[in-house]
Amino acid sequence: MSADLPRGHVPAAVPHATTASGRDRVTADLAHVAHTPGVPKPDAIVVADQVTRHFGGMTAVDVGHLEVQRGAITALIGPNGAGKTTLFNLLTGFDKPSTGTWSFEGRSLSGVSAARVARSGMVRTFQLTKALSRMTVIENMRLGATRQPGENLFTALVPPLWKAREQEITEQAEELLVRFKLDAKRDDYAGSLSGGQRKLLEMARALMSKPTMVMLDEPMAGVNPALTQSLLGHIQALREEGTTVLFVEHDMHMVRHISDWVVVMAEGKIVAEGPPEDVMADQAVIDAYLGAHHDTDLGDDALLDDGSIEQLEAEEQANQAAAAAAATTEEGPR
Amino acid sequence: MDWSRILVNVAGEIFAPTTAAYALAAIGLNVHFGLTGLLNMGQAGFMLLGAYGFAISTIAGWPLWAAVLVAIACAAAFGLLLGIPTLKLRGDYLAIVTIAAAEIVRLVGRSTALTELTGASSGLRGNSYKDTFQDASPFPDGTFALGPFEYSMNASNSWWVRIVGWAVVALACLLIWLLIRSPWGRVLKGIREDEDAVRSLGKNVYSYKMQALVLGGVIGAVAGIIYVLPRAVQPDSMGRPMTFFIWTILLLGGAATVFGPVLGSIIFWVSLMLIKSVMRAGVPESVMRTEQIEQFGWIIVGVTLMLLVIFRPQGILGDKKELAIDVR
Ligand SMILES: Nc1ncnc2c1ncn2[C@@H]1O[C@H](COP(=O)(O)OP(=O)(O)O)[C@@H](O)[C@H]1O
Ligand SMILES: [Mg+2]
Repeated sequence: MSADLPRGHVPAAVPHATTASGRDRVTADLAHVAHTPGVPKPDAIVVADQVTRHFGGMTAVDVGHLEVQRGAITALIGPNGAGKTTLFNLLTGFDKPSTGTWSFEGRSLSGVSAARVARSGMVRTFQLTKALSRMTVIENMRLGATRQPGENLFTALVPPLWKAREQEITEQAEELLVRFKLDAKRDDYAGSLSGGQRKLLEMARALMSKPTMVMLDEPMAGVNPALTQSLLGHIQALREEGTTVLFVEHDMHMVRHISDWVVVMAEGKIVAEGPPEDVMADQAVIDAYLGAHHDTDLGDDALLDDGSIEQLEAEEQANQAAAAAAATTEEGPR
Repeated sequence: MDWSRILVNVAGEIFAPTTAAYALAAIGLNVHFGLTGLLNMGQAGFMLLGAYGFAISTIAGWPLWAAVLVAIACAAAFGLLLGIPTLKLRGDYLAIVTIAAAEIVRLVGRSTALTELTGASSGLRGNSYKDTFQDASPFPDGTFALGPFEYSMNASNSWWVRIVGWAVVALACLLIWLLIRSPWGRVLKGIREDEDAVRSLGKNVYSYKMQALVLGGVIGAVAGIIYVLPRAVQPDSMGRPMTFFIWTILLLGGAATVFGPVLGSIIFWVSLMLIKSVMRAGVPESVMRTEQIEQFGWIIVGVTLMLLVIFRPQGILGDKKELAIDVR
């Protein structure tokens, strides 16, 4: 994949130069960073200042200062309604903040449209998946690619001008589909996939543009436990390639397993930051985050035992049943 | 009952200029709705604007090509004007604004303040703007009969307008065929499914929607020219019912398909003619008068549209599978 990086693709800081794995490198980079909310990072790719978002009288996001380390996997955790999705929306141009500025790779992104944010290399996925249902899986993937001259109205009329690029895109898409175990579904409509498969498709599609940074909003929600392991592998592979990952996740085991750094939000504010082990032992975090589940240890490996896998499967089934029910109500002529 | 005359009349509808004009207008609407998911409820407004643009500039002495360009420019400007405030909003806003805007075009056109230019409610006589088009014909004047079909070669409801009309329809089909298969068409399809997803992939959704709106509107304007060439420009015959027929044609043939609009238009006009001629011949004047038969035909159109949307929303050529899959 990294063999044919697009022209103009900014290579990540120093990913492959050393023999150390991505994780060790990032751990070393972050070793001397203090564990306090809003702490500066040695090589920040995203820097946000005084970002707030009010909905009526309610403050959904109130982030004083936040930096995201380049090349690292940063987890954004916090209870439901903490403002994680809203913060994602703000950073990626899908929502306008009440106040605040932020930059990506040193360029200010405040007021920049969502499409331009994506083109600048910061690509996101959605908590509620947005698979394009009445397009096939492969067409979904192709849509994620950049620099397709045929996306211009006039060039589109002259296939020789875009067929070669289309070929490249298709090859890249097929490679990703294999990686995400969706190759068997290549020509199926995305609408016929399960909830978990759509999550995978959305992530694979986001990777088509070879982004510098991916922002994943609950990428594991609804994904079959058998697949989560490989999904974790994909996310870690991204780090090896030098891609920065910021993701929201509720499963603490996964957070602990793959993230280099954890940022905790509660009621719109950042209440804690640090490496996973530290943050999860933090009493303030346990108080803010756990609420009702006060007796469970955050990131306890026991969460991955048979019982919880069965529970996860049950949840997945419930999700699918709910989605199917929702689909029947939405069905009908358009 | 003169069956052979009825049959000739009905068969004549298959390639009538009006059928071509409606097919073309529906192709334009297909770019809006079928390809992009835009709800344009004022396609007749684009057609009327094209007709006015063509007729008025021809009357002012402009050559044929320039008059066609004026029609195209009017529709493009109209599309931009409607798109700028609405395409960033939810789809329903475009629907409301286009209904209103098409009505405004019609009402302004028929207002007495513009009698000099548009002829107000009586419109523009066909003979005042047909010359340049007829002069462009390579054929000799006179009438020509092909089997039972006999029309004038160049004047008014002629072979010449049929040839040009259907050639333009064929070109438009080719254009749509190319576009549907292209990455450009893929982006539009993505927008139809979920704008935010497409935005998150770095495409400028607003610009694509604008391109689709303008392109479909321009095709509508050309349809307007073809529509008025065999008759006159009459604002009141190009109002909401016309938009409604174009929608029926598109849904009948199948949205998002290449030939759906053409097939839809042919079936629409052929069946309408069949119903009307059979009833005129078979139903005695005491039961239903001629105007009532006309209106009865339109009632059937309305009922057909309802049945279509309920029982076959993908139309005749649409992909059943594509529509049937689980849309969440
Ligand atoms: N469009 C909106 N209008 C009003 N309130 C909203 C809107 N979006 C989010 N909120 C509110 O903002 C808060 C944060 O929501 P969200 O960012 O979705 O939380 P999280 O993703 O952390 O669960 C919630 O209380 C939610 O109700
Ligand atoms: Mg959320």
